[in-house]
Amino acid sequence: MEEKNLICINCPLGCPLTVTLEGGGVKAVTGNTCPRGEAYARKELTNPTRIVTSTVKVKGGMLAMASVKTAGDIPKGKIFDCVKAIQDIELPAPVTIGQVVLPDVCGTGVDIVATKNVPARG
Amino acid sequence: MREYELVIIGGGPAGLAAAVAAHEAGLRDILILERDNELGGILNQCIHNGFGLHTFKEELTGPEYAGRFIEQVKKLDIPYKLNTMVLDLAADKTVTAMNREDGLFQLHPKAVILAMGCRERPRGALSIPGCRPAGIYTAGTAQRLVNMEGYMPGRKVVILGSGDIGLIMARRMTLEGAQVQVVAELMPYSGGLKRNIVQCLDDYGIPLKLSHTVVDIEGKKRVEAVTIAQVDGKNRPIPGTEERYECDTLLLSCGLIPENELSRSAGVELNPVTNGPTVNESLETSIPGVFAAGNVLHVHDLVDYVSEEAGAAGRQAAGYIASGCQAGEHKALPIQCANGVRYTVPVAIRPEAAGDTVTLRFRVGNVYQNKKVAVYAGDACIFSRKRPVLAPGEMETVILKTSLLTDHPEADGITVTLEEA
Amino acid sequence: MVDIAIIGAGVSGCAIAREVSRYRADVLVLEREEDVCCGTSKANSAIVHAGYDAANGSLMARLNVEGSRMMPALSKQLDFPYENNGSLVVMVSEDDRPALNKLYENGVANGVEGLRIVERDELVKMEPNISDQAVAALYAPTGAIVCPFGLTFALAENAARNGVKFQFDTEVTGIEKMDGGWRLTTSQGDVEARVVVNAAGVYADRLHNMVSDDAMTITPRRGDYFLLDHAAQGHVHNTIFQLPGKFGKGVLVAPTVHGNIIVGPTAIDIEDKEGVATTQAGLDEVRAKCGLAVKDVPLRQTITSFAGLRAHEARHEFFIGEVQPGFVDCAGIESPGLSSAPAIGVMVSGIVRDILKLEENPDFEAKRKGILDPKGLDAEAHAALIRENPAYGAVICRCETVTEGEIIDAIRRVPGARSVDGVKRRVRAGMGRCQGGFCSPRVMEILARELGVDQSAITKAGAGSELIVGVNKDAI
Repeated sequence: MEEKNLICINCPLGCPLTVTLEGGGVKAVTGNTCPRGEAYARKELTNPTRIVTSTVKVKGGMLAMASVKTAGDIPKGKIFDCVKAIQDIELPAPVTIGQVVLPDVCGTGVDIVATKNVPARG
Repeated sequence: MREYELVIIGGGPAGLAAAVAAHEAGLRDILILERDNELGGILNQCIHNGFGLHTFKEELTGPEYAGRFIEQVKKLDIPYKLNTMVLDLAADKTVTAMNREDGLFQLHPKAVILAMGCRERPRGALSIPGCRPAGIYTAGTAQRLVNMEGYMPGRKVVILGSGDIGLIMARRMTLEGAQVQVVAELMPYSGGLKRNIVQCLDDYGIPLKLSHTVVDIEGKKRVEAVTIAQVDGKNRPIPGTEERYECDTLLLSCGLIPENELSRSAGVELNPVTNGPTVNESLETSIPGVFAAGNVLHVHDLVDYVSEEAGAAGRQAAGYIASGCQAGEHKALPIQCANGVRYTVPVAIRPEAAGDTVTLRFRVGNVYQNKKVAVYAGDACIFSRKRPVLAPGEMETVILKTSLLTDHPEADGITVTLEEA
Repeated sequence: MVDIAIIGAGVSGCAIAREVSRYRADVLVLEREEDVCCGTSKANSAIVHAGYDAANGSLMARLNVEGSRMMPALSKQLDFPYENNGSLVVMVSEDDRPALNKLYENGVANGVEGLRIVERDELVKMEPNISDQAVAALYAPTGAIVCPFGLTFALAENAARNGVKFQFDTEVTGIEKMDGGWRLTTSQGDVEARVVVNAAGVYADRLHNMVSDDAMTITPRRGDYFLLDHAAQGHVHNTIFQLPGKFGKGVLVAPTVHGNIIVGPTAIDIEDKEGVATTQAGLDEVRAKCGLAVKDVPLRQTITSFAGLRAHEARHEFFIGEVQPGFVDCAGIESPGLSSAPAIGVMVSGIVRDILKLEENPDFEAKRKGILDPKGLDAEAHAALIRENPAYGAVICRCETVTEGEIIDAIRRVPGARSVDGVKRRVRAGMGRCQGGFCSPRVMEILARELGVDQSAITKAGAGSELIVGVNKDAI
């Protein structure tokens, strides 16, 4: 039996979680204030994932950059691949919140979507 | 230039929420004045997520959160001016502002809402000795360059300050290809959210050095190295603990200061602890008809609370105008802070002017464990709640039932204090 | 071959350039940094000393008093900020009375007007924040403050207007005699000149020693300062010095022409001629000493600290004169160098004129209008200005209320700003309480646009101090 301590990152509360591991699996999770905390603990120790936020260039827009995010969480190990995948993207303005910037980034099944409205210039 | 009944100074999250709330309370004659080239304020450069859990039950990025309010402002046809800098606010609420199209102009509103946000403490104000080369940025300025312009301010980074902005920028710079070597923090605890330690530092193997500060900066033209050292109980560097990091960039996340130059010029009374205006339960400052909300009032951790606070200010401003701009003569109960409570917003409550509840927000001055937050009306305890952990970096909220105050007419003051649980 | 090469575009070099532009001559100012006013001239107390301190009979004393007398009229002619606020040398122990009297007598002998000793009663009325230990003071009503950048830019622009050429990023690394003058080896190629003026500040000894066996040593003497927020304005009105004596040598506390308070300096001799870093010890020294003459100095209102180097020569005197045929030294210009600048300009230009037998320049324009500050206009004129040029309606620096129109003017001047610091020193964008946190990205954008370069080429203070290192993700 093993105990691991982690901080839940689901929301700004940051509940301190204690996870009891046994036989290579999660036996129990305590310390969470909501059910998402338990789900997070299980995931974090088996297949940690993250949401990635970044920016891409905009062409012909009122602003030079548009912020983007992964529409859902992706495997932690793919963060840099994901960033590299959007490196050369130049979105033509106008850009709207929610528009798909890059579908299924790095084969994760998760899309990169815009999180900023950028009107066209002129 | 036509006049407006309510002028809101600042089109960031506070200004936007205040405008929408004032409109929903029936006021139509509103003008938002914003200095940047778009609405949204600081949220525009906060591209990370974590916003909106309370307000929208969703986790949004900064621009998405701002987008929701901007959409409402546009839908409600609330007028706003961009690229407009307010230069002065007078005690009689005269607003002096300037932009390219209108030139220098004045407005004479019936009410004003201060929503100017805050600024960052620069290197100069920290008196960090050493050279003054290029490559020293406050975290927010670096964030603007990276997130809005797409420019990298540096490649090898040392960060001073583990507040959320410093932590967020540690991750941001790393994800744009820079190498963040260390985050140094003066206090023995981090000022940021625990989740940010995990997802901004631990995830990328960036070390956090508590009780450390920067003692020297090298580099004539551009930063070449930064030396940090451990500090003692009085925050003084301990000789012999110096560590030198070769780098080209120093990011500073060493405190946010409410931007109250306009408040000062109007003669609004400021709280020396927060550097923001003192307000009553209606978020009204010492000048009747001038309200304040958001980071200009006190620096917040969660934008959701900014929107809540600003919404209240908007409603109050609308009510003030609707009732003919009467300065209330209600009895005010001053609020005292005790035993670790650093400040409260508001600083006074007028039970007769309050609605059914009063939202009281405060911060503690240290990390506390197993305490009880207690509110007293005079000598009577009217509220108490156990808090296993209290930290300076986490604003606390108490919703007080106004009836608890009116039940104690003998009380001539309120105390917010921490007690053993 | 040019007629005159002036090495150094600090306040001395620019004052000389301006005065010598009254004559017909080919004048070239060589400056190792990217702009005018980058050395000692940009980091000092900004004081126009009345002239009671320098040794009686010295060149320093003579030029100080002359410069101090010339400054008010010059500030109107060349349009730079100057304020005759007066100065007080405060005595904090009765034991030091002989020294105070000696200073007074020295001042009178130097020709300083209006000097008198004030006792505590009067002193406290003049300065309510004078320290409780203050016993009496030497009051110099002719003491003043100036904007050191404003003065230097005004001199440089007027010199340029009258034909003087400026060449930046040009370091003189060798000097040798040639037919008809001197050959200067520089980082930008050779320059030949009939006459050379050495106004190279902390480096003046190096240049002097290239042509003279009578070796000179200039020791950089570092001064650390604090600059306080506008909110501290009014803490003192006069420039307050502390009379060195029983409790040691203090530091000054003075207003600046821009409404700040300046506190300092230390006087630490160092070896590094580039050693402008402040140190913890230096800042602590200022903190410890500033309360001797003035009480409750609001150091919590510090918005920045900095250090400058004075060009100190052991004999504490100005070395101005033709040291080799056609090679004129203007060396050892430490305090009261700024105060003496107008007089230094006249003296050296006179020497050069006599060497070359120069004729008057009939087209010499003595007046120069500075960068327009709209805050000084009345409402109507201000409105008209913005209508005509909307850039004056766009506030870029919130803390100091500096508009885009002023920044563009600063860049288009000759010599004009080509870096963020160049803009800062000309129009104050970045000198306020946020220290450029808000305005620097915007200033960079305007510079890039005006200079026709990419923002990645914009520097804080010349090559090597680029602010942007690349674009997002370029290193992934």
